[in-house]
Amino acid sequence: MSEEYIIELKSITKTYDDNGFTAVEDFNLQVKRGEFVTFLGPSGCGKTTTLRMIAGFELPTSGQILLDGKDIAQFPPNKRPINTVFQRYALFPHMNIYENIAFGLKLKKMSPEVIKKKVSHVLEMVDLEGFEKRKVSTLSGGQQQRIAIARALVNEPKILLLDEPLGALDLKMRKEMQLELKNMHAKLGITFIYVTHDQEEALTMSDKIVVMNNGRTQQIGTPEDIYNEPSNAFVADFIGQSNIFKGIMTGHLKARFAGGEFECMDDVHEGTLVDVVVRPEDVIITGPENGTISGKVTSVIFKGIHYEITVESGKYEMVIQSTKSAKVGDEIGMKLDPDGIHIMIAEDHTTRFEAEIGDDLNLVYSDHSIRCDLTKLFAGSRIVDGQLLDQSGEKIDTSDIKVMVSIEPGDIKMSDDVDAGLTSGNIINLIYKGDHYSYVVRTIHGHDLIVDDEYLWNMDDMVGLILPEEKMTFAVRK
Amino acid sequence: MKKAFARKYLGIPYAIFLILFVIAPLLVLIYYAFTNSTGQFTVKNLVGFFTDPNTIGTLLYSLGLALAVTIVCLIIAYPIAYSLAMSNFNSKAIIVMLFVMPMWINFTLRLTALKEILTAIEGNLAFHPFINSVIGMTYDFLPFMILPLYNTISKLDLSLMEAASDLGADSKQVFLKITLPLSMPGIVSGIAMVFLPAMTNYVVLDMLYNSTYIMGSLIGSYFSAYDWHSGSMIALVLLLIIVAFTLLTGGTEEEDKNRGALL
Repeated sequence: MSEEYIIELKSITKTYDDNGFTAVEDFNLQVKRGEFVTFLGPSGCGKTTTLRMIAGFELPTSGQILLDGKDIAQFPPNKRPINTVFQRYALFPHMNIYENIAFGLKLKKMSPEVIKKKVSHVLEMVDLEGFEKRKVSTLSGGQQQRIAIARALVNEPKILLLDEPLGALDLKMRKEMQLELKNMHAKLGITFIYVTHDQEEALTMSDKIVVMNNGRTQQIGTPEDIYNEPSNAFVADFIGQSNIFKGIMTGHLKARFAGGEFECMDDVHEGTLVDVVVRPEDVIITGPENGTISGKVTSVIFKGIHYEITVESGKYEMVIQSTKSAKVGDEIGMKLDPDGIHIMIAEDHTTRFEAEIGDDLNLVYSDHSIRCDLTKLFAGSRIVDGQLLDQSGEKIDTSDIKVMVSIEPGDIKMSDDVDAGLTSGNIINLIYKGDHYSYVVRTIHGHDLIVDDEYLWNMDDMVGLILPEEKMTFAVRK
Repeated sequence: MKKAFARKYLGIPYAIFLILFVIAPLLVLIYYAFTNSTGQFTVKNLVGFFTDPNTIGTLLYSLGLALAVTIVCLIIAYPIAYSLAMSNFNSKAIIVMLFVMPMWINFTLRLTALKEILTAIEGNLAFHPFINSVIGMTYDFLPFMILPLYNTISKLDLSLMEAASDLGADSKQVFLKITLPLSMPGIVSGIAMVFLPAMTNYVVLDMLYNSTYIMGSLIGSYFSAYDWHSGSMIALVLLLIIVAFTLLTGGTEEEDKNRGALL
């Protein structure tokens, strides 16, 4: 079983002693012999730390790293048959190119003739024949990069680790090197583990991508899987461009989001709260009447092979990539094929809206007042004679401060009295969920809110929405 | 155009300073070195330098003393500088400062204290003039060795050491093949800061009631005997030794940016 995998990481966790920061948490991965695996994520997501643990520069706090079935997690770097290409090359400035590349071979006490042969062979491979006597400082960034790769490859490692190796190169050079690395990988058959924050680079080069965020694996899969079937909103947002909507399953293979009801291909149980990903290139532009939803074009940007069109539809915004242009201000319809809709079970369905601060130091939202203790929002502030003062006693100008109000869907109540609550709306969807109903209420402001209620209401009923103040959470929005 | 003029004027005070305090004294020094008491040109002083066994003996003794002081300083300073530069202390700067702080306490006071301590240990300072000189000078010059070393080592790219160990070097090999060669600029600066003063700073010896002669004492004695010509020649020869040393070590160093500097 483990024969198939060259390296296995088992529940690797790295917590730093000095500040207690957990950089990587419960990381699991199996890499097949000869695979090209990429760790992808924003900076600080733990991808480099994971790579450094494989290299041996950092030791995991817990977990196993099995190389050919043997745990090497606590081995020093020089005892691992793994070599690294560093982000800023890390070529030894006091040695020439030959000495740099021969460094590892000399340590292995190989004969000078063998070393010479191997060095010139590997220089040939990176297209820098005859560079033996050159000094490191006389090489361009791209050439230094190749030497760094040559220096690692000459040791014939079982695994080659590459830590954002192309980050310092310009775009054109980077594209060239991507191809070259890919070719090199195909030719040598060595397992590559590559770290990058560039999603395009990851999609171009990898057999397998590990998407990471906040020290945790978000998704492991082929580039196609990751792009077409992102497992959560983070992955969808990080990989490629996407429109992400909050929605709810309204029937078998039916979902309501972005102000419309669409047919989809993901069989998710009716009533489930979902995040919906729509790739910009999957949106079909139709006439205003023929689309599932319609909206007004707010911007058109020419991107070379396509136009990037932004459409405002009610409270929602849809970005579309199309070879056909549109004019700003045009009313257009939008349609989606079922396979262009990707449904993910939602992790968070909190309703959020912005409120202003009124003269009486309470919040104001659509002519309704929300009681809120502002002194809790501004550290050290206090209210004296109806004025909000900060720590030093200065008056805080509240006129252009907005407060973000959040409330969970289960905490919203519906009422017959349209004016009973903060806002009101029409019921546009209802789903029976066994012990209660889930309603989609389109508010007078154009939001589709999901409200859970145990009583039965009718479609198209106009209801007041009561948002209890004690269930709200507040945050200052700058 | 206007800007260029302004910049040129800014340089004038420095030019005057250089002429008055560097070039003119140097010319005066050369003049005295190659003239006799009646003001005529002569190479007698130069010949005298290399034929007087007293001068040559002092030169060799000074070289030996300076060498010993430099080596002792280097042996003490490198581990300190290395461990400080590599450590993760938040208070690194404070610890470095502690090592440098003796520089801020009056020099004569420090040496007087040292003299008392050495006297208490040895009884009579006259018995171990060489060792006392080494101790005194090491005490005095150690900060000048630590600082350039610390500066150079703390600026080393840690990924170079990681790369070396990644390529199979154990910690000893990493040190010998990467860390040590790359800290050479700091070592050279440190040597320059310690070796040359150690050859001439006879005040340390005087303060320790030391009767041995180093080059500095020799120059001092010539000048106090009003033989400015021989004294100048010795100073000139020392200057040339210094220039030669600098050219041999620092001058060949291509990457000047890696040179360690004081603070």
